[in-house]
Amino acid sequence: MQFVTNCSPHVIGPQSVTRVMGLVLLALLPGTIAMVWYFGWGVLVNIVIASLTAVTAEAAVLRLRRRPVQKTLVDLSAVVTASLLALALPPLLPWWQTVLGTAFAIVIAKQLFGGIGFNPFNPAMAGYVLLLVSFPVTMTRWLPPEVISGDTLTLAESLHIIFSGTPPLGQDWDAISSATPLDQMRTELSQNRMISEIRQNPLWGDFGGRGWEWIGNWFLLGGLFLIWQRVIGWRSPVSMLGAMLLVAGLFWAMDPETHPFPAFHLFSGGAILGAFFIATDPVSASTTLRGQLVYGALIGVLVFVIRTWGGYPDAVAFAVLLLNMAAPTIDYYTQPRVFGQRRNDNA
Amino acid sequence: MAEQRTIGTFHGGLHLDDHKAESCQKPIRELPLPDRLMLPLHQHIGRNAEPVVRLNEMVRKGQMVARASDYVSASIHAPTSGRVIEIGDLPIPHPSGLSDTCIVIEPDGEDSWADLPLPVSDFRAETPADLRERIRSAGIVGLGGAAFPTAVKVNTGGESLIEILIINAAECEPYITCDDVLMRERAHDIVDGITIVRHIIGARECLIGIEDNKPEAADAMRKAIEERGDDKTTLVVVPTLYPSGGEKQLIKLLTGREVPSHGLPADIGVLCQNVATTAAVADAILRGIPLIERVVTVTGQGVREPGNFRVVFGTPIKFLIAQAGGYSEHPHELLLGGPMMGFALQSDEVPVTKATNCLLAVSEQEAPKPEPERPCIRCGECAKVCPANLLPQQMFWYARAHDFDKIQEYHLFDCIECGCCAYVCPSHIPLVHYYRYAKTEIWTLERERRKSDIARRRHDARQARLQRLEHERKARLRKKKEALDKKPGGNADASKKAAIQAAMKRVAAKKAAQQAETQTSGGE
Amino acid sequence: MIAAVATIAGLATVFGLILGYSAIRFRVEGDPIADQIDALLPQTQCGQCSFAGCRPYAEAIASGEAEINRCPPGGETTMIALAELLGRDPVPLDDEAAAEKPKSVAYIVEAECIGCTLCIQACPVDAIMGAAKQMHTVIIDECTGCELCVPPCPVECIHMHPLEATPQTWKWPFPTRTRTEAANG
Repeated sequence: MQFVTNCSPHVIGPQSVTRVMGLVLLALLPGTIAMVWYFGWGVLVNIVIASLTAVTAEAAVLRLRRRPVQKTLVDLSAVVTASLLALALPPLLPWWQTVLGTAFAIVIAKQLFGGIGFNPFNPAMAGYVLLLVSFPVTMTRWLPPEVISGDTLTLAESLHIIFSGTPPLGQDWDAISSATPLDQMRTELSQNRMISEIRQNPLWGDFGGRGWEWIGNWFLLGGLFLIWQRVIGWRSPVSMLGAMLLVAGLFWAMDPETHPFPAFHLFSGGAILGAFFIATDPVSASTTLRGQLVYGALIGVLVFVIRTWGGYPDAVAFAVLLLNMAAPTIDYYTQPRVFGQRRNDNA
Repeated sequence: MAEQRTIGTFHGGLHLDDHKAESCQKPIRELPLPDRLMLPLHQHIGRNAEPVVRLNEMVRKGQMVARASDYVSASIHAPTSGRVIEIGDLPIPHPSGLSDTCIVIEPDGEDSWADLPLPVSDFRAETPADLRERIRSAGIVGLGGAAFPTAVKVNTGGESLIEILIINAAECEPYITCDDVLMRERAHDIVDGITIVRHIIGARECLIGIEDNKPEAADAMRKAIEERGDDKTTLVVVPTLYPSGGEKQLIKLLTGREVPSHGLPADIGVLCQNVATTAAVADAILRGIPLIERVVTVTGQGVREPGNFRVVFGTPIKFLIAQAGGYSEHPHELLLGGPMMGFALQSDEVPVTKATNCLLAVSEQEAPKPEPERPCIRCGECAKVCPANLLPQQMFWYARAHDFDKIQEYHLFDCIECGCCAYVCPSHIPLVHYYRYAKTEIWTLERERRKSDIARRRHDARQARLQRLEHERKARLRKKKEALDKKPGGNADASKKAAIQAAMKRVAAKKAAQQAETQTSGGE
Repeated sequence: MIAAVATIAGLATVFGLILGYSAIRFRVEGDPIADQIDALLPQTQCGQCSFAGCRPYAEAIASGEAEINRCPPGGETTMIALAELLGRDPVPLDDEAAAEKPKSVAYIVEAECIGCTLCIQACPVDAIMGAAKQMHTVIIDECTGCELCVPPCPVECIHMHPLEATPQTWKWPFPTRTRTEAANG
């Protein structure tokens, strides 16, 4: 009797890329719902626009590259990139900017390098930085969270703003938009106000801006779920947040009036989203276990540095991209000691 | 005899469903003899054995039919009495599906024994060298699957370099239970073998490593150790984790020591043997019986009656499966070995050899068709489970790029091909296939480099020889010319000239005569 | 301005003297790059590169007279290795068809051999045993498959046999996209 032959091992585990990406999308759900609750429908519209763009762009490029389209798309990585980018964008961003950013992320930052597994930079962050640098006004025009403004824009109003680029009739941008807490903190500090003064403003909650701080918690839930399901490791998130807290705590201890309380950094901006969903992107991050500790820690430090002394209010995207460049070197110098080798025989 | 706990741990490893219950419920079954026994000359690591029988010769059970051709080689014995009906190329169990030289014996049904060497009454009175020679002439090789000649392994150079003898009773791979049932039924023989081997190598103690999913076997071994009064042998129960039965991993578990990267366990004072090998040693020394049979597990959803069998070497696998109730439905793959490290056989018309520990007929449900390979997403899951603490994702990268220098920088040859990395890969990359490809390519390149070095030397030697001959010829010509010039003068010249003139005249005369003849004949 | 010219001239003289001294003091005998190239060539001495053996071809590459893609027995592997050694770009092989031939060894049909020694004289690595009017035989282990013995034989009794893989020399094939295809191919 003749048999089919394959190479060992002949049994494999249940993991698959589709499952990994699917679980990531599931883990993003609590945070996404929180964002919609606080900022309205714009977030959802952005996610839909970005996902459609991502899938279309990837299909187009795959066809050009003569690769199997359906088999590749089914790994859901384009949808994950689109969702992460959309969650980082302001809810009222004009639709064509969302499309531009997503298309750049997928076509240039991912497919041009060879597709999934070959991109050195995190595509979502590359797209975000492109938009931030090119369109600083629209990219810093956020909404006040629902707890402060009392209500949110309706779906129709959100769609109107996103697709026409103009505020609804009878209102202007200043009335409906607001800066992020990080932005506010920065502006006030640059005017030499003290932290204790700044925090008396009713916009501030216990840790960060009111409403804003809660979004971080929901993303944290999703992140812990991913660690429990062994989709991501614990090293990158823990080292990133730990290093950030450490450095922020150091500076806060030295001068509490010019540096905010460390937890502020944790619950502002994209810190938690970045720690659990962006710094853990396997393709662009460090791949060795010790390397992930170094990678995460340096991102945390850089986030604090750029936020405090850099030119932009939020720094996660820049920090991640900088460390993406350093990841191969980190991998090279953090190789584990191979079984049977003496300690100094590696790298 | 105290029981010990494990001392060390190794990185990574996997918890797998062990599927042992399917085949270890019943005792070892005996088999009738098939109508042909095909004995490959290469059933061990090292050089092929050389046949010492001729076609149509009658052989008896236990008679040596092929002898070890080299130091690292092993002899082969007839598993039953009969006639040698063929010595030629037949398919052998190998991933390539290629053939190799086999001795084919047709059993005569008598099963009569040859004259065996006398059993050793007191092995302690024998020298280690004599005992090694008996092991060698009994053709004993490692029965854990690697089939390394045991006589070579226990030759530790005379001195007591080995402190600890480790017996590998872990049997970590799923489905395989041949060592388990052997321990349940022949624990005393195993302990006898341990004592003999310990005497040969001069080890001060012996540790038996067994996984905790084999409680009956562990009990049997404990009882046997106690009944033999062996106070130097300790049973150590290790947690069930694949691949605890890998030699290097087991040594780390039991002693905390790591075998150096390009070295051997002997370098750290340890020697490792499989339980079945020690039982074979006991048979050879205490009963004079050579290695002619072994226990083979036949299991998987593809066979009707899974179990363990006592099989003589050379039994066709087709026959063995028929004895196990035959195929239940057409199995998806027929594996020799376990599901993690075994290789797929292309056909069941090949024989059981010394390295055959298990035949696994898997259904498509047990071993699904492999999914297409996706790009590596560098998740690092493979590095998390690698028991050798390597970076499989990096080795894969360079294997794919055919960069054989870079892949060796990531310690390719420390890979034990256990399959843990490929098991967890979310992109379904056949990682072990890539590493095997790289290893065989590198070996082939090294072979070719050695050959081309020899060819270069031969070519250079030939060029040198031709040049030398040329010089000698020139030197000879020069000498001749000088000798001619030295001869005293004109007389020689003149007489030469005269001789030449005379010859020319003769030729001219001949020509004229010929011409005259043709003219006259032409004129007619 | 005079000072600038003088400085540059002075520097040039100093460096020139240092280089000249180094060229003499640290001179290496032989042609090390040609040796390194020769070490990468397969030593079949077949002449398919149009040079009289591997060493002349190596020297030609070293002096820049020959391209690195002219060795069919070396194939793609050798060409890439040469490209890496010399820091040049890889060039596609000259003779694609010849590059894919399987390794073969010569075999003399003994019944037809007339003992003329022409093949012995042709073999660049002395892989044929024999003498005038005696039987000629190819030593398989030493034969490089260069085929230089085939044309001189007056009775055409030399044939090339491809070397078959044995279980000991068999290589695992490179994995392709779908494993089942690869294994059963």
